[in-house]
Amino acid sequence: MFPRSFEYVAPADLAEAAEALASAEFAKVMSGGMSLIPMMKLRLLSPDLVVDIGRIPGLDQIEDRGDAIAIGALVRHAQTAASDAVPAALRTAAAWTGDAQVRNRGTTVGSVAHADIAADQPAAVLALGATMVARSASGTREIAAADFFVDALTTALEPGEILAEIRIPKAGGGSAYEKLGRRGGHTDYAVAGAAAWVQRSNGSISDCRVALTGVGTKPTLAEGVAEALIGTDGSPAAVEAAAARATEGVTLLEDLYGSEEYKAHLAKVMTARALTQAIADA
Amino acid sequence: MSTTSVLGGVVKRREDPALIQGTGLYVDDIKLPGMLYVAFVRSPFAHARITSIDASAALAMEGVEAVYTIDDVRHLGPVLAQVPIGKVRPLLADGVVNHVGEAVAMVVATDRYLARDAADAVEVDYEPLPVVVDLKEAATDAVKVHEDLESNILMTWEAGPFGDPDAMAETQRKIAEAKARDDTVVVSIEAVNQRLIGTAIEPRAVLADWNPGYGRFTVYSSTQIPHALAGAIAKTFGITYNDVHVVAPEVGGGFGLKLNIYNDEILVAFASQRLGRPVKYTESRRESPNSTIQGRGWIATATLVGTRDGEILGYELHGLCDMGAYSQNFTVAIPFLGVFVASGQYKFPTHVKLDCVATHTMTTDAYRGAGRPEAMYYLERVIDAYARKIGMDPAEVRRKNYIPADAFPAAVSPVGFAMDTGDYDKALDALVESDGYRQMLADRDRMRAEGKLVGVGLSTYVEVCGFGPSGLVDLGFSWSEYGAPAAFSGTGLVRVNPDSTVTVVIGTGPSGQGHQTTWSQIVSDQLGIPMERIRVIHGDSEESPFGIGTFGSRSAAVDGSATFEAAQKVRAKAAKIAAHLLEASEEDIQFADGGAFVAGSPDKTVSWEEIATVAYQPHRLPEGMEGGLEAHSIFSPANATWPFGAHAAMVEVDADTGDVRLLRYITVDDCGNVINPMIVDGQIHGGLAQGIGQAMFEEAVYDADGNLLTGSLLDYVLPTAADLPSFELHRTVTPSDINPLGVKGIGEAGTIGSAQTIVNAVVDALESLGVTHVDMPLRPKRVWQAIQDAKGGN
Repeated sequence: MFPRSFEYVAPADLAEAAEALASAEFAKVMSGGMSLIPMMKLRLLSPDLVVDIGRIPGLDQIEDRGDAIAIGALVRHAQTAASDAVPAALRTAAAWTGDAQVRNRGTTVGSVAHADIAADQPAAVLALGATMVARSASGTREIAAADFFVDALTTALEPGEILAEIRIPKAGGGSAYEKLGRRGGHTDYAVAGAAAWVQRSNGSISDCRVALTGVGTKPTLAEGVAEALIGTDGSPAAVEAAAARATEGVTLLEDLYGSEEYKAHLAKVMTARALTQAIADA
Repeated sequence: MSTTSVLGGVVKRREDPALIQGTGLYVDDIKLPGMLYVAFVRSPFAHARITSIDASAALAMEGVEAVYTIDDVRHLGPVLAQVPIGKVRPLLADGVVNHVGEAVAMVVATDRYLARDAADAVEVDYEPLPVVVDLKEAATDAVKVHEDLESNILMTWEAGPFGDPDAMAETQRKIAEAKARDDTVVVSIEAVNQRLIGTAIEPRAVLADWNPGYGRFTVYSSTQIPHALAGAIAKTFGITYNDVHVVAPEVGGGFGLKLNIYNDEILVAFASQRLGRPVKYTESRRESPNSTIQGRGWIATATLVGTRDGEILGYELHGLCDMGAYSQNFTVAIPFLGVFVASGQYKFPTHVKLDCVATHTMTTDAYRGAGRPEAMYYLERVIDAYARKIGMDPAEVRRKNYIPADAFPAAVSPVGFAMDTGDYDKALDALVESDGYRQMLADRDRMRAEGKLVGVGLSTYVEVCGFGPSGLVDLGFSWSEYGAPAAFSGTGLVRVNPDSTVTVVIGTGPSGQGHQTTWSQIVSDQLGIPMERIRVIHGDSEESPFGIGTFGSRSAAVDGSATFEAAQKVRAKAAKIAAHLLEASEEDIQFADGGAFVAGSPDKTVSWEEIATVAYQPHRLPEGMEGGLEAHSIFSPANATWPFGAHAAMVEVDADTGDVRLLRYITVDDCGNVINPMIVDGQIHGGLAQGIGQAMFEEAVYDADGNLLTGSLLDYVLPTAADLPSFELHRTVTPSDINPLGVKGIGEAGTIGSAQTIVNAVVDALESLGVTHVDMPLRPKRVWQAIQDAKGGN
């Protein structure tokens, strides 16, 4: 559990951080360090340079920007979980992440950037239709959540880019997150998790997004579910029918905690539960 | 007893301020001048021939002092094992590796990061060989773990009763007859009692310092057995016990993991001697699962035959026990501890046969409970299944088959072991008549009516612990292989110092059990000297008379009793001194409130200060009395102790996901007299967490190639406080009659009684669906699958 040797910098602002990031062959950004440091200690990752953004002022805020809620790169899970401004799906995902120590140290944005296939945050930002704001030496780039998660532990971020902020549109509606954790209940990594967002108008579901985590090779939007639910009355029967399509297009991944069959089943159960709550919340 | 008795009282743990504030001293905190650090090159293969080891790149790194292979240490022989049956471990892999993580080479460098980098730079070429991991496959010998051993089956333990073949044949005949009757039912469960990784919060660490001038080793090790380690080092290096000083400072969790002599403990001593500098190795969390022993790992079939009205006529436990690749301290003897309690607290004929099987995995050895949780698991699972089959209350079935209270003190179990004291009805009654248990049953019925899957599980247990009888030496209960053929007796030394403080030196030490507090209570109670003035010294091979160590829930019963006796001797001498000073008869001396007084004349007193001073000024002592005020006692009990109890759990199962929620847990434990109820409760809490952890979360999973898939805490799911309900503890007290304190031991009871309670509860919850058994750990996927299989009519 000893990392290889590496250089370390703690820049004073994002511009300096982007510059540092571009200066090394293999640099990694560290915010809370809850994923990076274990990977370095396991020698699964051996960066030449660690750019610690932890001392940059102003990144630890959740801001209401009128049309969106902006979550800065240093906002801790515990902050997100306690914020009324954050939609329920992401708030719940934050509350069910790790243990109290991890929630006080780890960051929402860092977890999204890490893109673990069983993390809670990616499903929530997908369902909420968030926008990722990447900062590099050459400027700022916006990436839709739907385009962000490329593969296991792989995102659309380019080398030299820092995920500086996540913007969640204030689109109204209701949202929810449901999961079964490795030790049962809501604790630990997700064996299967589903985040749902729905909008209702005139008694029917006018818009919907559902995203899954834990069951496949990457956090994924369950587009079939949305397609099936939009236009229905959101009744239990409609939810059930829509949830049945949860794993369409998902490459299921068997692991120690579940077979493909079990994960497919759980994806449906979690989808139905998340949708039911989101509809009630809408 | 003194008027200010602290025995049986809740006294806060004296050791906790240092532990809580982080000022306690652990091995890794110790840094000696010029100290070097060790990292190991470990095998990525479960079975392979080593064709070459090239350390040149590592040796070229600045600060790398040495890289050692088996060629450097072969002359020291293998790692010593107390029960050297099977293949004992070479200090470093000798031509062949036999499990993933086996140490192949040792790198010594000036810092631990460099040591790790250098270890990565050592190039080892392997030629893979066939691997056997599956226990049933290993038992066929189709793939041999070690070519030079006759069989993978290293040992077979058989009893019914133990050591009497004729009586055993009679037992088997009775069981066969009962099975053949057409008015009996036979219930059989094949179950896995899975391998566990015993995860102490402090991994192992060892620091050795050879002083060539003195010709002695000083060794600091996070161990449960410092005296045995001193013996093992002396024997390995051909020096005397006096030439080795082993200190176990604070030990951050033991659970049996540190009840072993490890290759690294010998290797750092070797390196220190060779390099003339102190050398330290601290095991990393990542390597620990494959460098420290694991526990459990049985597959067995439990078969029970009985009448339709609950009279059990016979029980068989036949199984395979995973030993891993190499035998260490007790390895093949661990299943024998299961044999001890195979028939539990029951009177029916029992036949047990356990094969100890080698596989290409890390060694198994003692892990909290060690053989006893496994045995109780099978027994209490199959009794539960039998009760369901005949439709009888699970408590009633048990009650009907218990060894009755009036059989004691002469009770001998059907597997052939004399038991000290027992009153099994009493503990069971206390459980089933408790408000909590009644409420559990009422809540279960109410919640079931609401359509929920809710179950209540009950089980009872007996365990054997407090290992100490000198007569067990021939069964391996000594450290003879470490050059110390002392029986597992207790040792205690009590010394009143000239200022009337007391120093207590014991041969056993804590890895969290609170010895400092418990021993202070025992001595304070005898002498009437306040606990604050008593200091307990432990874990030091030079300070204490030869000590056996802390394991098998033995400390209080054996070393505690020795200390009690030593304190009695000191008290008797102090009474003589007081009588002399007060010009009274020795028989009239009583102790209270910091000194002695003459019975009937409370004004005639002498303080402990005065008694102590006089003891160290021999001219003031009675004619012929030796100076000083101290005594030592070796306590050798006539038997081990047999604690018992009854547990109940209530669970809810989510039918859609298989998720099990533990709602409530009630225990009645009988560990004899209780010295400190808070410490006893704490031991039960920890034991329950580990037993429930086995039932619900923990599992060491190897793939077919022998890779450990649960080698980090990401994948090896440990229970946390958040996963557990608030335990409801009750007690009955049936004092042991084989030691003066009447205590039995409580370190392992929680673990021994709990796993089957949880599984029984889950099976109860799923009974309506037709589920009759689910293997541990009760992960959601497994419970869900059991529900699906039952629905499918499988």
